[in-house]
Amino acid sequence: MEDPAQTFDLVLVALIYGLPVFLAVFGLVVGGILERRHFASIREREARTAALPVFPTRSTDAGRTLADGRLVVASVVVSLDYFKKILAAFRNIFGGNVRAYESLLDRAKRESILRLKEQAADCDAIINLRLETSNLASVQSRKKKGIGGVEVVAYGTAIRYR
Amino acid sequence: MNLSQLDDVILTNVEQVPGKTIVEHYGLVAGNTVRAKHVGRDIAASFKNLVGGELKGYTELLGDARTQATRRMVDQAKALGANAVVNVRFSTSAVAQGAAELYVYGTAVRAE
Repeated sequence: MEDPAQTFDLVLVALIYGLPVFLAVFGLVVGGILERRHFASIREREARTAALPVFPTRSTDAGRTLADGRLVVASVVVSLDYFKKILAAFRNIFGGNVRAYESLLDRAKRESILRLKEQAADCDAIINLRLETSNLASVQSRKKKGIGGVEVVAYGTAIRYR
Repeated sequence: MNLSQLDDVILTNVEQVPGKTIVEHYGLVAGNTVRAKHVGRDIAASFKNLVGGELKGYTELLGDARTQATRRMVDQAKALGANAVVNVRFSTSAVAQGAAELYVYGTAVRAE
Protein backbone atom coordinates (compact mmCIF):
# COMPACT_ATOMS: atom_id res chain seq x y z
CA MET A 1 0.00 0.00 0.00
CA GLU A 2 2.92 2.31 0.76
CA ASP A 3 3.74 3.69 -2.63
CA PRO A 4 7.03 5.64 -2.51
CA ALA A 5 5.77 8.06 -5.17
CA GLN A 6 2.67 8.81 -3.08
CA THR A 7 4.75 9.42 0.04
CA PHE A 8 6.95 11.79 -1.93
CA ASP A 9 3.86 13.67 -3.13
CA LEU A 10 2.60 13.96 0.43
CA VAL A 11 5.94 15.34 1.62
CA LEU A 12 5.94 17.81 -1.24
CA VAL A 13 2.40 18.99 -0.48
CA ALA A 14 3.22 19.30 3.21
CA LEU A 15 6.30 21.33 2.35
CA ILE A 16 4.51 23.64 -0.09
CA TYR A 17 1.60 24.39 2.25
CA GLY A 18 3.40 23.88 5.52
CA LEU A 19 6.42 26.10 4.98
CA PRO A 20 4.58 29.44 4.78
CA VAL A 21 2.55 28.49 7.85
CA PHE A 22 5.71 27.51 9.69
CA LEU A 23 7.43 30.76 8.70
CA ALA A 24 4.40 32.78 9.76
CA VAL A 25 4.26 31.11 13.17
CA PHE A 26 8.03 31.46 13.56
CA GLY A 27 7.80 35.14 12.65
CA LEU A 28 4.89 35.70 15.02
CA VAL A 29 6.59 34.10 18.01
CA VAL A 30 10.19 35.30 17.58
CA GLY A 31 9.19 38.65 16.08
CA GLY A 32 6.82 39.29 18.98
CA ILE A 33 9.50 38.52 21.57
CA LEU A 34 12.02 40.75 19.80
CA GLU A 35 9.51 43.59 19.51
CA ARG A 36 8.62 43.49 23.21
CA ARG A 37 12.31 43.41 24.11
CA HIS A 38 12.97 46.37 21.83
CA PHE A 39 10.12 48.41 23.33
CA ALA A 40 11.42 47.66 26.84
CA SER A 41 14.88 48.86 25.82
CA ILE A 42 13.41 52.00 24.22
CA ARG A 43 11.43 52.88 27.37
CA GLU A 44 14.45 52.29 29.56
CA ARG A 45 16.74 54.49 27.45
CA GLU A 46 14.09 57.18 27.08
CA ALA A 47 13.89 57.42 30.85
CA ARG A 48 17.69 57.59 31.08
CA THR A 49 18.06 60.37 28.49
CA ALA A 50 15.01 62.39 29.61
CA ALA A 51 17.30 65.20 30.82
CA LEU A 52 18.33 66.08 27.25
CA PRO A 53 15.44 67.94 25.62
CA VAL A 54 14.74 67.62 21.90
CA PHE A 55 12.91 70.48 20.15
CA PRO A 56 11.41 70.37 16.68
CA THR A 57 11.55 74.17 16.67
CA ARG A 58 14.42 76.26 15.35
CA SER A 59 15.32 77.76 18.69
CA THR A 60 14.84 77.01 22.36
CA ASP A 61 13.46 79.34 24.98
CA ALA A 62 14.76 82.84 24.36
CA GLY A 63 17.31 84.65 26.47
CA ARG A 64 20.08 82.10 26.59
CA THR A 65 23.15 82.54 24.42
CA LEU A 66 24.62 79.56 22.65
CA ALA A 67 28.26 78.54 22.90
CA ASP A 68 28.39 76.17 19.94
CA GLY A 69 26.42 73.65 17.94
CA ARG A 70 26.86 70.82 15.49
CA LEU A 71 24.78 68.60 13.25
CA VAL A 72 23.87 65.15 14.58
CA VAL A 73 22.38 62.44 12.39
CA ALA A 74 21.08 58.97 13.28
CA SER A 75 19.21 56.40 11.27
CA VAL A 76 17.61 52.99 11.58
CA VAL A 77 16.28 50.49 9.01
CA VAL A 78 13.50 48.20 10.19
CA SER A 79 11.24 45.63 8.61
CA LEU A 80 8.06 43.75 9.50
CA ASP A 81 8.13 40.09 10.43
CA TYR A 82 6.65 37.51 8.08
CA PHE A 83 3.39 37.13 10.03
CA LYS A 84 2.70 40.85 10.23
CA LYS A 85 3.48 41.20 6.55
CA ILE A 86 0.66 38.76 5.82
CA LEU A 87 -1.65 40.62 8.24
CA ALA A 88 -0.83 43.93 6.57
CA ALA A 89 -1.57 42.42 3.16
CA PHE A 90 -5.02 41.30 4.39
CA ARG A 91 -5.60 44.76 5.80
CA ASN A 92 -5.26 46.08 2.26
CA ILE A 93 -8.51 44.35 1.34
CA PHE A 94 -10.71 45.94 4.00
CA GLY A 95 -8.83 49.16 4.69
CA GLY A 96 -8.44 50.76 8.10
CA ASN A 97 -5.52 51.15 10.45
CA VAL A 98 -2.58 48.89 9.70
CA ARG A 99 -1.49 48.38 13.28
CA ALA A 100 1.50 46.25 12.31
CA TYR A 101 3.05 49.25 10.54
CA GLU A 102 2.01 51.69 13.25
CA SER A 103 4.05 49.88 15.88
CA LEU A 104 6.94 49.32 13.46
CA LEU A 105 7.25 53.02 12.66
CA ASP A 106 6.79 53.98 16.30
CA ARG A 107 9.74 51.76 17.19
CA ALA A 108 11.88 53.10 14.37
CA LYS A 109 11.22 56.76 15.14
CA ARG A 110 11.81 56.44 18.85
CA GLU A 111 14.96 54.39 18.26
CA SER A 112 16.41 56.95 15.83
CA ILE A 113 15.73 59.84 18.25
CA LEU A 114 17.42 57.85 21.02
CA ARG A 115 20.50 57.31 18.86
CA LEU A 116 20.53 61.03 18.16
CA LYS A 117 20.47 61.75 21.88
CA GLU A 118 23.29 59.28 22.51
CA GLN A 119 25.47 61.19 20.03
CA ALA A 120 24.67 64.49 21.72
CA ALA A 121 25.27 63.28 25.27
CA ASP A 122 27.69 66.17 25.97
CA CYS A 123 25.21 68.85 24.80
CA ASP A 124 22.36 70.75 26.49
CA ALA A 125 19.64 70.34 23.86
CA ILE A 126 18.90 69.29 20.31
CA ILE A 127 17.02 71.87 18.22
CA ASN A 128 15.33 71.73 14.83
CA LEU A 129 14.71 67.99 14.96
CA ARG A 130 13.73 66.57 11.58
CA LEU A 131 12.44 63.06 10.99
CA GLU A 132 12.41 61.58 7.54
CA THR A 133 10.94 58.23 6.58
CA SER A 134 11.65 56.47 3.32
CA ASN A 135 10.55 53.20 1.88
CA LEU A 136 13.47 51.19 0.59
CA ALA A 137 11.37 48.78 -1.42
CA SER A 138 9.03 51.00 -3.38
CA VAL A 139 10.74 50.49 -6.72
CA GLN A 140 11.00 46.71 -6.45
CA SER A 141 9.28 44.75 -9.18
CA ARG A 142 6.12 42.93 -8.28
CA LYS A 143 7.58 39.50 -8.90
CA LYS A 144 10.60 39.94 -6.68
CA LYS A 145 9.42 41.66 -3.53
CA GLY A 146 11.99 43.91 -1.93
CA ILE A 147 13.23 43.66 1.62
CA GLY A 148 10.22 45.67 2.70
CA GLY A 149 12.46 47.86 4.80
CA VAL A 150 11.66 51.34 6.04
CA GLU A 151 14.41 53.78 6.91
CA VAL A 152 13.93 56.51 9.47
CA VAL A 153 16.53 59.29 9.62
CA ALA A 154 16.55 61.74 12.51
CA TYR A 155 18.73 64.84 12.45
CA GLY A 156 19.05 68.08 14.29
CA THR A 157 21.49 70.58 15.72
CA ALA A 158 22.99 69.69 19.10
CA ILE A 159 23.69 72.90 21.02
CA ARG A 160 25.48 73.95 24.18
CA TYR A 161 24.52 76.97 26.27
CA ARG A 162 27.16 79.44 27.32
CA MET B 1 26.21 57.80 11.54
CA ASN B 2 29.38 59.49 12.67
CA LEU B 3 30.16 63.00 11.43
CA SER B 4 33.18 63.59 13.68
CA GLN B 5 35.57 63.01 10.76
CA LEU B 6 34.05 66.09 9.11
CA ASP B 7 35.04 68.35 11.98
CA ASP B 8 36.88 70.93 9.85
CA VAL B 9 33.60 72.47 8.67
CA ILE B 10 30.75 73.28 11.06
CA LEU B 11 27.41 71.78 10.00
CA THR B 12 24.03 72.85 11.40
CA ASN B 13 20.45 72.52 10.24
CA VAL B 14 19.36 75.93 11.57
CA GLU B 15 19.89 79.30 9.86
CA GLN B 16 22.73 80.38 12.12
CA VAL B 17 25.96 78.95 13.39
CA PRO B 18 25.46 78.85 17.18
CA GLY B 19 27.97 81.06 18.98
CA LYS B 20 29.20 82.74 15.77
CA THR B 21 28.09 85.37 13.27
CA ILE B 22 27.75 84.69 9.59
CA VAL B 23 29.82 87.16 7.58
CA GLU B 24 29.48 85.81 4.06
CA HIS B 25 27.17 83.52 2.03
CA TYR B 26 28.47 81.33 -0.79
CA GLY B 27 25.19 79.74 -1.88
CA LEU B 28 24.07 76.17 -2.30
CA VAL B 29 26.39 73.21 -1.84
CA ALA B 30 25.27 69.62 -2.28
CA GLY B 31 26.51 66.07 -2.33
CA ASN B 32 24.94 62.81 -3.40
CA THR B 33 25.59 59.09 -3.57
CA VAL B 34 23.60 56.31 -5.18
CA ARG B 35 24.23 53.07 -3.37
CA ALA B 36 23.15 49.61 -4.44
CA LYS B 37 22.54 46.89 -1.91
CA HIS B 38 25.09 44.19 -1.24
CA VAL B 39 24.14 40.63 -2.18
CA GLY B 40 25.62 39.16 1.00
CA ARG B 41 23.85 41.70 3.14
CA ASP B 42 20.64 41.07 1.24
CA ILE B 43 20.76 37.36 2.04
CA ALA B 44 21.39 38.12 5.70
CA ALA B 45 18.58 40.67 5.61
CA SER B 46 16.14 38.21 4.07
CA PHE B 47 16.69 35.87 7.02
CA LYS B 48 16.30 38.75 9.45
CA ASN B 49 13.17 39.68 7.54
CA LEU B 50 11.37 36.60 8.89
CA VAL B 51 11.39 37.91 12.44
CA GLY B 52 11.38 41.63 11.60
CA GLY B 53 13.08 44.36 13.56
CA GLU B 54 16.22 46.28 12.72
CA LEU B 55 18.22 45.30 9.64
CA LYS B 56 21.64 46.41 10.94
CA GLY B 57 23.44 45.77 7.66
CA TYR B 58 21.19 48.23 5.89
CA THR B 59 21.41 50.81 8.67
CA GLU B 60 25.20 50.73 8.31
CA LEU B 61 25.11 50.74 4.52
CA LEU B 62 22.90 53.82 4.35
CA GLY B 63 24.80 55.53 7.17
CA ASP B 64 28.11 55.09 5.29
CA ALA B 65 26.54 56.33 2.07
CA ARG B 66 25.12 59.39 3.81
CA THR B 67 28.52 60.17 5.36
CA GLN B 68 30.06 59.98 1.90
CA ALA B 69 27.45 62.37 0.47
CA THR B 70 28.12 64.76 3.36
CA ARG B 71 31.85 64.51 2.68
CA ARG B 72 31.25 65.60 -0.92
CA MET B 73 29.14 68.54 0.22
CA VAL B 74 31.81 69.58 2.73
CA ASP B 75 34.56 69.37 0.08
CA GLN B 76 32.50 71.62 -2.17
CA ALA B 77 32.01 74.11 0.67
CA LYS B 78 35.74 74.15 1.44
CA ALA B 79 36.57 74.76 -2.22
CA LEU B 80 34.41 77.88 -2.05
CA GLY B 81 36.28 79.11 1.01
CA ALA B 82 33.46 78.43 3.48
CA ASN B 83 34.01 77.23 7.03
CA ALA B 84 30.42 76.23 7.80
CA VAL B 85 27.32 74.84 6.09
CA VAL B 86 23.95 75.92 7.52
CA ASN B 87 20.41 74.68 6.90
CA VAL B 88 21.60 71.18 5.99
CA ARG B 89 18.82 68.90 4.71
CA PHE B 90 18.86 65.20 3.89
CA SER B 91 16.73 63.42 1.37
CA THR B 92 16.50 59.77 0.38
CA SER B 93 14.81 58.28 -2.65
CA ALA B 94 14.67 54.81 -4.10
CA VAL B 95 15.66 55.46 -7.70
CA ALA B 96 15.99 51.96 -9.14
CA GLN B 97 15.49 48.40 -8.03
CA GLY B 98 17.69 47.88 -5.02
CA ALA B 99 19.39 51.28 -5.24
CA ALA B 100 18.81 54.39 -3.19
CA GLU B 101 19.99 57.95 -3.65
CA LEU B 102 21.16 59.83 -0.59
CA TYR B 103 21.23 63.55 -1.15
CA VAL B 104 22.41 66.24 1.22
CA TYR B 105 22.38 69.99 0.62
CA GLY B 106 22.85 73.22 2.50
CA THR B 107 24.10 76.81 2.31
CA ALA B 108 27.84 77.38 2.52
CA VAL B 109 28.80 80.33 4.72
CA ARG B 110 31.75 81.93 6.43
CA ALA B 111 31.19 82.36 10.17
CA GLU B 112 33.40 84.21 12.65
